[in-house]
Amino acid sequence: MIKLVRRRLAVAVPVLFATSIGMFLLGAASPMDPAMQYAGATAFTTDPANLAQIRANWGVDDPLPVQYARWLGNLFQGDLGWSTSRHEPVGAVIAARAGWTLLLIGVTLAVVLAGSLLLGTIAAYRRGGLFDRGIRAAAYAVESMPVFWLALAAIAVFALALGWFPAGGLTDVTATSTTFGDVAHHLVLPVAVLTVSQAPWFLLFVRDSVADSLRDDHVLAARARGLRGRTVLFGHALRTALLPFLTLVGTHLPELVGGSVLVETVFSLPGLGAVSVQAALGSDFPLLAAITLITTAVVLLANLCTDLAYTAADPRVRIDG
Amino acid sequence: MADRTLLRAAQLTLVAALGATLLVPVIWPLDQSAVDLAHVGLSPSPGHPGGTDDLGRDVLHRSIYGLRVSVLVGIVAALAASLLGGIVGGLAGLLGGWTDRVLMRLIDTLAALPHLLLGIFIVAMLRPSLGAVILSIGLTHWLSTARIVRSELLSLRTRPFIDAAIAGGASRRRVLTRHLLPHVLPKIALATTLMIPHAVWHETSLSFLGLGLPPHLASLGNMINDGQRSLLTGSWWASIVPGLLIIVVTLAIAALATRWRDRLDPRARAELDL
Repeated sequence: MIKLVRRRLAVAVPVLFATSIGMFLLGAASPMDPAMQYAGATAFTTDPANLAQIRANWGVDDPLPVQYARWLGNLFQGDLGWSTSRHEPVGAVIAARAGWTLLLIGVTLAVVLAGSLLLGTIAAYRRGGLFDRGIRAAAYAVESMPVFWLALAAIAVFALALGWFPAGGLTDVTATSTTFGDVAHHLVLPVAVLTVSQAPWFLLFVRDSVADSLRDDHVLAARARGLRGRTVLFGHALRTALLPFLTLVGTHLPELVGGSVLVETVFSLPGLGAVSVQAALGSDFPLLAAITLITTAVVLLANLCTDLAYTAADPRVRIDG
Repeated sequence: MADRTLLRAAQLTLVAALGATLLVPVIWPLDQSAVDLAHVGLSPSPGHPGGTDDLGRDVLHRSIYGLRVSVLVGIVAALAASLLGGIVGGLAGLLGGWTDRVLMRLIDTLAALPHLLLGIFIVAMLRPSLGAVILSIGLTHWLSTARIVRSELLSLRTRPFIDAAIAGGASRRRVLTRHLLPHVLPKIALATTLMIPHAVWHETSLSFLGLGLPPHLASLGNMINDGQRSLLTGSWWASIVPGLLIIVVTLAIAALATRWRDRLDPRARAELDL
């Protein structure tokens, strides 16, 4: 177990460093001048000496390795820098928004897992039947729909035509405080859209692996002992199919993060994804770089955790190489 | 039976889409900057099958142009990604040993990175442009090709005809170009084809966020983004029609690629059909 962690970290940490170097170099190659961005519209009336002072204070003109070391050093000390597009500390922006993104991704993941396990198992049990064929066709169709398009279509139907749910935002415009019911009502569409767009992949996987394990010897033996169909299906076949599913959740996290960026933007949710798009539009290096690096680190860590859970759950597994 | 109909439909769709995107500048040229304020927000009708947007522009016409741009960008980006993936996968598969182990572990880790976020970062720092979008796709989509090339090379290396060629005194170069490449290239071609929809998706996502192609250019992502404004006033077609084009073409490519894969490897299909 410790060996596995060490081996994973031996790659993940250098990759994370390489990513940070690549991002830093891209930021340095960017034609944006941070001092001008900081000054904003007042840059045209500000005394050039003041701008030069800001540049000197920030060390914008220092050699690149010096700048990189300072940036990384500050990150490690918890100083994420100053957002040039939002004019507030990067740490504050992230702290205020990370929760909403985690909520969106967490609820979606829970619904996706529960739904795809249930529907995939039923489809596998009656494979070749009407339900199986219908749900597979639907899965393939949904898989080809861009998530932002799905979100707009959902808004057109459920928010504008039917008026069941709000078209965007996290709380009612007239609301003075954040209440649970209000937020839940606003999150139904975003979570549903993200779920529908992520589910096909999981669903098809569960369906195929349960269908495979239904042919396994121990499942046939359980059948032969006269156990009920449902017991065999959920107690024997699904349990064998569950293990690979665990690592799959880890490998699919990047897709979920990408989907949440798009969904948050369409539904104007105050999460990390939407704010990173705003940062990108404003070429805000400190904010965008911090969000990208932190998200990358979290996703890598989550991957490691699912792998650990996998080895813990199945002692036969030795992830080698 | 039903499969055959589906396949034929996919072929026809792709031929129609390809024909339309290739011929539309000749038959029905589009002035990218033209607006027609007398025909704003018309719903779909025989005159405008896709309706018009909030600037009076024909949605279907611009969608076909958008598909043209998206598919061209998708093909170039998929080729760039495949080239990068082919080189890395080739190195891993041919050199083997430590190089292979390190490269594969690297690829596993890179696959775990949130690629849309990294793509956004690349485009944001280089400023949104055609080159930045292609670079952003190429740098984030090469992993699958690298894996395919590597595993194909590893399985080829143990095959008797390679041993026979080496025993017969063939040079390394000859083995590579005459015996290995002809087997690997079809797989790379298939991987590249399958990557085109992903590349189109990445491009439309970036354009949709305002981080892709220049906003006046009719691209599918830009159009869906523009259509958001009309959506709230009830003109759903301005966003929905360009999206339908992406979906239909993606489905058609997926159907054909599945068929192609079955042809390349009939055994895989036999196993799946059990």
